[in-house]
Amino acid sequence: MTEPQPLLSAAELRLTFPGRRGAPDARAVDGVDLDIAPGEIVALVGESGCGKTSLARTLLGLERPTGGRVTFAGAPLSYTASALKTYRKRVQLVLQDPSGSLNPRHTVYDAVAEGLRIHRYPGDEREAVAGALARAGLRPPERFFLRYPHELSGGQRQRVVIAGALVLEPELIVADEPVASLDASVRGEILALLLRLREEMGLSALVVTHDLGLAWNIADRVAVMYLGRIVETGTVEEVLTSPRHPYTRALLSVLPEATGDPLVLAGEPPDPSRIPPGCRFHVRCQVLASGEAERAGVADACRSRDLPPLSGGGGAQVACHWARARHSSGEAIPTS
Amino acid sequence: MTLLQVRDLTVTYDGGARAVRGVDLTLAAGQKLGVAGESGCGKSTLALALLRLLPASAKVTGEVLLGGEDVLTMKWGRVRAVRWAGASIVFQGAMHSLNAVHRVGDQIAEPILLHKRATREGARRKVAELLEHVGLPAARAASYPHELSGGQRQRVMIAMALACDPELIVADEPTTALDVMIQAQILGLISRLVAEQDLGLVMISHDLAVLADTCDRLAVMYAGRVVEEGPAAQVYADALHPYGKALSGSFPTIGDPASRFAPRGLPGDPPDPAALPPGCTFHPRCPVALDVCARDDQELRPAGAGRRAACVRVGRTGAAEDVRARVRGQGREPEH
Repeated sequence: MTEPQPLLSAAELRLTFPGRRGAPDARAVDGVDLDIAPGEIVALVGESGCGKTSLARTLLGLERPTGGRVTFAGAPLSYTASALKTYRKRVQLVLQDPSGSLNPRHTVYDAVAEGLRIHRYPGDEREAVAGALARAGLRPPERFFLRYPHELSGGQRQRVVIAGALVLEPELIVADEPVASLDASVRGEILALLLRLREEMGLSALVVTHDLGLAWNIADRVAVMYLGRIVETGTVEEVLTSPRHPYTRALLSVLPEATGDPLVLAGEPPDPSRIPPGCRFHVRCQVLASGEAERAGVADACRSRDLPPLSGGGGAQVACHWARARHSSGEAIPTS
Repeated sequence: MTLLQVRDLTVTYDGGARAVRGVDLTLAAGQKLGVAGESGCGKSTLALALLRLLPASAKVTGEVLLGGEDVLTMKWGRVRAVRWAGASIVFQGAMHSLNAVHRVGDQIAEPILLHKRATREGARRKVAELLEHVGLPAARAASYPHELSGGQRQRVMIAMALACDPELIVADEPTTALDVMIQAQILGLISRLVAEQDLGLVMISHDLAVLADTCDRLAVMYAGRVVEEGPAAQVYADALHPYGKALSGSFPTIGDPASRFAPRGLPGDPPDPAALPPGCTFHPRCPVALDVCARDDQELRPAGAGRRAACVRVGRTGAAEDVRARVRGQGREPEH
């Protein structure tokens, strides 16, 4: 099977923030491969501090990676000012809090037209703004032109932010928690909009979220991130209905609607400046703690041997000694 | 024993916003009641009204009976005694509710010193005990809020709420800004404390799925009223009110093919509490509204064992289909 060429691709991507006052460096992104195909929606999930926002920022060219590279449409990303400006026309960011990302003193029209003005759009500005608002579900668009953010509901504001991202007709949007600040009933409407845009414009999306339900609702593939690395990836069906990594299993087990006993991990994700040796998850791993890994004969590897980064595209992969040992021994993996 | 009884509570803010419009609730000791609803539905106003924490300009009517005493008419001295010792609130956003320049141990000790007339040494011992109880080392008493993670701060808030051994805890969005794993830890902690100490819990959240998983009973609010009430699992799985249905439908179930690539929401926005629509306040957004809904207000009515709903389709005859059939058959609206 030949994979289509990815639209956006990260290879061995690293982003390290220097430690202050002699503290060790924080490895926010610690060797990530990730591909997004044209028209594909990929969900990047993980807890706060796992590096998902740092990864998104690096993919957008907002941070210069300390290692590895970002490739867009087959060409490596160049970090000159003009190259980045062109890049940001094709890849747009949608931020999480629409109230914070809109200027309260700009009208809806100005907010959406800003991108066009920055990029000196040669066509009819009014028409482009109206088109983007209509596509984002604000109809009739003219009624919204002169409104200010405070006159709109939360859902409408998020639509304005999305319209601002769409107006330059990007090929990919990176949405960081696009619905986290919205009410449940509005959330569904915004997610349906992202799906419709993919259908109508072939738009690809990387959705950064901590919400696994969101991934089930709209994504084709999911990548689970833990402490700077992707620890499990595959299609949404594979990863969310038969998770193999103990971390993914724990995340799914604590959802309110999950059946079976919740596997509540103690403590919080460790500090990216002190990534544990061996498997980075081993200190919190319930499989290692229960002695299960010992019985599978991988406990030593868990404590001492780091796992290679997973490749960016394609099928289901997991960075776990235990899951790999079970897989290679041909044992069926329970789906609970 | 009835711990809390709310009778026909209304709150009207200065400016005419009718935030709470006739709410009745009952809670027994050891019971957990969830109040669900979206931004602006009046759920936080309800929480504040329970302990008379609303601004003086807000007009409050009805009764809030806490252990048989009406909080709304008691003398101020008595209100101060009831706060903390009778009932306490865990507010949303622990970062903003804790004082940034005081050690958390001192903040927990403050109500103990004031209400229990404890000695400094006695208060210090109680603080250590409370911290252990919420899963924090007693040494954390010397920390400042910024030195703690979000989950740890929320644990401090819970320790503070328990400081004077109240009978009732009101938790307003206790886990909203937290990651799923930390959320699971905090919810587990709250459930354990309620069971151990036979407390009453009113938990307020926009997250119906979390409430259904944690609470015994559930009340769904819309535009200042309870529109549906009943045993938590039943309300979540099989809501009778169209709003309850839409709300529970907007939480996807992972693994459910019906919600794959099909995010569900509810078009429109909640009404402005200062300008409510006539008739049933939900009718402009209701997918199954009848003509009569625009005219007649709908009161909560019995809807099966232990359940109530405020919808014309949940009538004395019970069956919604029946109402529709009558409308069609007679070519006019049904009589009430």
